[in-house]
Amino acid sequence: MLTRMSMASTAGAIRVEGLEKSFKDLKVLRGVDIEVARGSIFALLGSNGAGKTTLVRILSTLLRADAGTATVNGFDVAAQGADVRESISLTGQFAAVDEILTGRENLVMVAKLRHLKDPGAIADDLLRRFSLTEAGGRRVATYSGGMRRRLDISMSLIGNPPVIFLDEPTTGLDPEARLEVWQAVKELAAGGTTVLLTTQHLEEAEHLADRIAILHEGRIIVNGTLAELKQLLPPAKVEYVERQPTLEDVFLTLVGARKNGENQ
Amino acid sequence: MNRHFFGDTGVLLSRSLRHIARSPDTIITTAIMPIAFMLLFVYVFGGAIETGSDSYVNYLLPGIMIMTIASGISYTAYRLFQDLQGGIFERFQSMPIARSSVLWAHVLTSLVANLISLVVVVLVALLMGFRSGADVLGWLVVTGILVLFTLALTWLAVIPGLTAKSVDGASAFAYPLVFLPFISSAFVPTESMPGPVRAFAENQPVTSIVDALRNLFTEQPVGTGIWTALAWCAGILVVAYGFATLAYRRKIS
Repeated sequence: MLTRMSMASTAGAIRVEGLEKSFKDLKVLRGVDIEVARGSIFALLGSNGAGKTTLVRILSTLLRADAGTATVNGFDVAAQGADVRESISLTGQFAAVDEILTGRENLVMVAKLRHLKDPGAIADDLLRRFSLTEAGGRRVATYSGGMRRRLDISMSLIGNPPVIFLDEPTTGLDPEARLEVWQAVKELAAGGTTVLLTTQHLEEAEHLADRIAILHEGRIIVNGTLAELKQLLPPAKVEYVERQPTLEDVFLTLVGARKNGENQ
Repeated sequence: MNRHFFGDTGVLLSRSLRHIARSPDTIITTAIMPIAFMLLFVYVFGGAIETGSDSYVNYLLPGIMIMTIASGISYTAYRLFQDLQGGIFERFQSMPIARSSVLWAHVLTSLVANLISLVVVVLVALLMGFRSGADVLGWLVVTGILVLFTLALTWLAVIPGLTAKSVDGASAFAYPLVFLPFISSAFVPTESMPGPVRAFAENQPVTSIVDALRNLFTEQPVGTGIWTALAWCAGILVVAYGFATLAYRRKIS
């Protein structure tokens, strides 16, 4: 694993050139180019149906592109699928966890499928990191949406894959759970993992991403840092407005989410 | 073949066996309808059916076994469909595992679950007076035929499991299979049926399989009939496996 990572370390973690994909007559991707640097967080913004999920599915070898090339961790997604799968983890839009198993059993199963030693210890460590130790012995069917998402993301971390795809990781989560997920993503990137995340929430991209690309009608129309993107608009003018707390501020203060967030 | 095939299949098999252990009702519901038919036919209709056999339950059991398997395999379609819906299927497919192990785990789970259901059915039959003089070899051949038949029908069930659009669609395909034994030698001898029905009954797979099992239980010579039965099982297995693999490739390409 280590040799593989260092072998490929000269290339970008993700490199996509001229990628096209159609479903029957519908052109979903019309020539997408992106490059994601190692250890960075790259946000792919776009409205529903913009093709974000299609792109992620192609990069994680679940779907074949019609044209163009894509490499992940230096491996071609079309020709070296097995090597790509060895290098990635995918967290899809819906928490892909086994409801009938317990949280711990889910983690142990994934650790075994990644052919790792001591799956039990790996599971216990992740349960601790994601504050699921107490819930670990319960069936996932009893978990809240936020707990499922946390379990889902922790399953993606098993085996420390160098590249992680998060497809709308906070969709359907309450504000507290969203902050927890953000925290987890930041920690990942701090540890050197490359994260490609798709989102519809502009705020999420603003908070997390080193670079942001906007996918619109099958093409990347903008790609840059937040500062670069902001320069696309006329310079900010100074206005004085009374700042009211947003509903989110009120909600988070009342339920004490800020405090919990600090504890973690 | 991927070097992790057996290990990965083992991990995924233990996952779906846990599903069964935690909802044993799937075993019960699989066995309950065939048992109900067995009670109905032995204690209500059986007295009026002339089979030329001294005990009707002895005559009936092979057909009931086929019915048990036909109703049990629909759970494979159901579980596979649920995996696809829930997204865990995609998680497995994006992981460095032997990809075909996802299907094999479901197929082997079906085999285990159906064998347990069959044991339950045979125990009830024993209580109802079923007796067989078959020796160990006879029982082994019976088990072999049932395993082959279960594998064949399970691979058939994989196809709707992968392609269905709804849960109902995924499991509805099993109904015709469950009722196929009625138009066969399973409940009454085919000689009593009118021409075209008899022709169908004598040339469909259930009759040859039921006759082979019955001959093994009653220690009669199985003759060439057992080869017809095995050919049906192997034929269905090969064709179903082919179409299931095709549906699977489409799903993951």
